[in-house]
Amino acid sequence: MSVFLLKRFATFAATLLVASVLVFAVLDLLPGNVAQVILGDTATPESLAALEKKLGLDRPAMVRYTDWIGGLLQGRTAQSHSYDTPTAALIAERLQVTLPLAVMAMVLTVLIGISAGIFAAARQNKAGDVGVMGLSQLGIAVPSFWFAILLILLFAVKLQWVSAGGFPGWTEDDGGGLWEGLVALLLPAVALAVVQAAVLARWTRSSVLETLREDYVRTARAKGLSRRAVLWQHVLRNAMIPVLTILGLQFAFLISGTVVVEQVFVLPGIGRLVFQAIANRDLVVVRDVVLLLVAMVVIVNFVVDVLYAVIDPRLKTSDA
Amino acid sequence: MSAVMVGSAPQHHFAARALRHPSFAIGAALSLLLLVAAVLSLVWSPYPPADIDIPSKLQGPSAAHWFGTDSLGRDIASQLLVGAQASILVGVFAVLIGFSIGAALGLLASARGGWVEEGVMRLSDFTFAFPALLSAIMLGAIYGPGLLTGIVAIGIFNVPVFARVTRGAANAIWAREYVLAARAAGKNRWQITWHHVVPNIASALIVQATNQFATAIIAEAALSYLGLGTQPPMPSWGRMLNEAQTQMFQAPMLAVYPGMAIVLAVLGLNLMGDGLRDLLDPKLARKR
Repeated sequence: MSVFLLKRFATFAATLLVASVLVFAVLDLLPGNVAQVILGDTATPESLAALEKKLGLDRPAMVRYTDWIGGLLQGRTAQSHSYDTPTAALIAERLQVTLPLAVMAMVLTVLIGISAGIFAAARQNKAGDVGVMGLSQLGIAVPSFWFAILLILLFAVKLQWVSAGGFPGWTEDDGGGLWEGLVALLLPAVALAVVQAAVLARWTRSSVLETLREDYVRTARAKGLSRRAVLWQHVLRNAMIPVLTILGLQFAFLISGTVVVEQVFVLPGIGRLVFQAIANRDLVVVRDVVLLLVAMVVIVNFVVDVLYAVIDPRLKTSDA
Repeated sequence: MSAVMVGSAPQHHFAARALRHPSFAIGAALSLLLLVAAVLSLVWSPYPPADIDIPSKLQGPSAAHWFGTDSLGRDIASQLLVGAQASILVGVFAVLIGFSIGAALGLLASARGGWVEEGVMRLSDFTFAFPALLSAIMLGAIYGPGLLTGIVAIGIFNVPVFARVTRGAANAIWAREYVLAARAAGKNRWQITWHHVVPNIASALIVQATNQFATAIIAEAALSYLGLGTQPPMPSWGRMLNEAQTQMFQAPMLAVYPGMAIVLAVLGLNLMGDGLRDLLDPKLARKR
């Protein structure tokens, strides 16, 4: 493994470690007494003591932290006090909605954003370019959750093609199925993707235009390659490097967006779980969900770094 | 007299260029509209926004209620006007938090370099993993939802954004010859930062502040929609959308107006930011 990747892996591991300490500090230490937060100001000392014992709050913070992380590494999680179920089981169940939604939204974002960006760059300053850039400027200004509401207004209220929300489940036993599940996630994924694609289209356009100005592109054109051939064979691979960075950063926004859009479409995903947990003062669930979401963002950015090395071999050797 | 004229000539020139710049002109007009709505609502609104009038509920637009009424008979136009206050309040304070801490960290990183710079940048990378929503979820779980939770969460997210932009712009200035000359003349790094770096990166920071203001408006609306941001009775566009969603089949337009207000405000700030970038960057200005 190259020095570049080793350095990136060290950064990835350190970021996860610091994130876990911060999440623990904010949700376990900062509130003072978690049992008090859960039970409220009217709790009796006896009930407080009982809950503290049940949650293991009578142990030192360091022991609680190592227990938490050690447990996570062994696939063991704390018990949610409101569901009386291990948080891993709760999260695993909700991820069956959130993960496919995030992946569908990401795929749509890449498809729409990159193709719109290339389309605009290939027609710089012409009507197509101005149209795409105008639409993307508008897209950036539209909150994804409002776009989701507009989609419901059009497809559920006006046209009545789909239901206004809810999720039928992935199996026939749940009353749904693969097709029904995908259909239920399509509008939420479109709502998320359109806004993110607007951002990606602008970056793709400017990156492609910048690469088009490089000397080797002029050389390729001088050798007689058509503009289209140069674009597909030489420009896109190089132009995609900065676009990958943006994709990595966009994933963080996509995860946030997923949490919000799940609320709009009443989808039983991670977002609904965490908001129910906040309402129930179930800090253990909030802690594990937040760490999971941060971990997802960090992992995706690590994968982006690895992809860099694949796309641009100079990175692998530059640090070696 | 002549000194005044000489001093004001570039400003006149800038104003004339700004007014001719389509992005800036449209953006500034929309941003001004947002500001006027917020200021006007401090002294006047067609109705008190929280006034419930059940007999007048779910009315369409009319002379009495320009945008109609909601399910409790509250005037939508008044709520939209007063809702601009929450957007501006959160935007201003979230940008101030991000700007003051982020710009200070960016200047420090650039002036000191070495491990300080590395540390600040790693901290920035790390904070990016916590979008405003996650911070708001954590803060809301402990301290409860509210305007302050929203401001702090969005402000924290703005810190690394400003730190990166400041450090990038400041590093470019530190490489200039006049900075070398200042060092040779015996100025220390803090004097150079204050006298040479800050004035030269101010325009980049103003542009970034405009864009972050727009981002903060969307984030505030999302947090209020989720119930983590502005709380009743203070109206907010995000919460109006949440309430409108329950009436979508009876009064679909209730879910359209607040969204339009958010889009116009954000579009205005983004266009103004884009325009400012062109106007304040001499290289781009020459190309125009």
